[in-house]
Amino acid sequence: MYTLTSLLSGLVFGIGLIVAGMANPAKVLSFLDLAGKWDPSLALVMGGAIAVGVVAFFLAGKRARSYLGAPMQIPTVRKIDRRCFLGSLTFGLGWGLAGICPGPGVVLLGSGQVKAIVFVAAMLAGMALFEQIEKARARSGLNTSTTAA
Amino acid sequence: MIIDWSSFTPATALTGGILIGVAAAMLVLLNGRIAGISGIVGGLMARRSGEIAWRVAFLVGMIGAPLVYSAFTSLPRATIEAGYPELIVAGLLVGLGTRYGAGCTSGHGVCGLSRFSARSLLATLTFMAAGFFIVFVVHHAIAHAS
Repeated sequence: MYTLTSLLSGLVFGIGLIVAGMANPAKVLSFLDLAGKWDPSLALVMGGAIAVGVVAFFLAGKRARSYLGAPMQIPTVRKIDRRCFLGSLTFGLGWGLAGICPGPGVVLLGSGQVKAIVFVAAMLAGMALFEQIEKARARSGLNTSTTAA
Repeated sequence: MIIDWSSFTPATALTGGILIGVAAAMLVLLNGRIAGISGIVGGLMARRSGEIAWRVAFLVGMIGAPLVYSAFTSLPRATIEAGYPELIVAGLLVGLGTRYGAGCTSGHGVCGLSRFSARSLLATLTFMAAGFFIVFVVHHAIAHAS
């Protein structure tokens, strides 16, 4: 059941990205190009998503389990640290370089563009690199705690 | 700043945004999970039991979205202007950065801001600023200098 609801959620998410124009890297770049001809559309994408999200997370926050009985796994990390800052900074530089963030990257895979395959392969390599660095650090005894947002 | 009104698509942007919000709502209210794409992909690498099927299913749904969409109407154009070297560097930075930052546009930007998380707000402001910055450098500073 959870697999099916997850599949549907992914499908709706992907269609949302296509409808919104987020799956078109050129449009994303024209949103990020404040000094050029600025296309403010993507601010409305965030606005629309958050408007629904606020209600959903308000309901979710009052429950210990989901409507299907799964434990609520909502992030509890509140720490604002250098790690989160530098990671987000790195992500933003990569995002602005190609106009692709992880969601649209995955959707573009489905439209079969070779460039999208190259981007996603590099993204997976970056994530694998993170896993390796973290493992090496854990072995050398440094404190590492990773939590998904 | 010049606003490009001819490219401004408020209705589809808002509709698409609402669909993204509905998808995130489904995942948290039914499965109790956060629709953060970098987290969903990255979580596959830990290979923990019980953590694979739902992640793969979500990604299959996303990859299938263009196919389902095109069954109803023609897909809008998607232009990737970046060349291969830029795509490789960009992909590496996005992969590494989203894992260290523990989230991307969806996890921090949509879900985190919807939860009023200060940590996600800082992350979102940071990657937006970095995005604005690099686009300025690549499309204006470097383009004008050369």
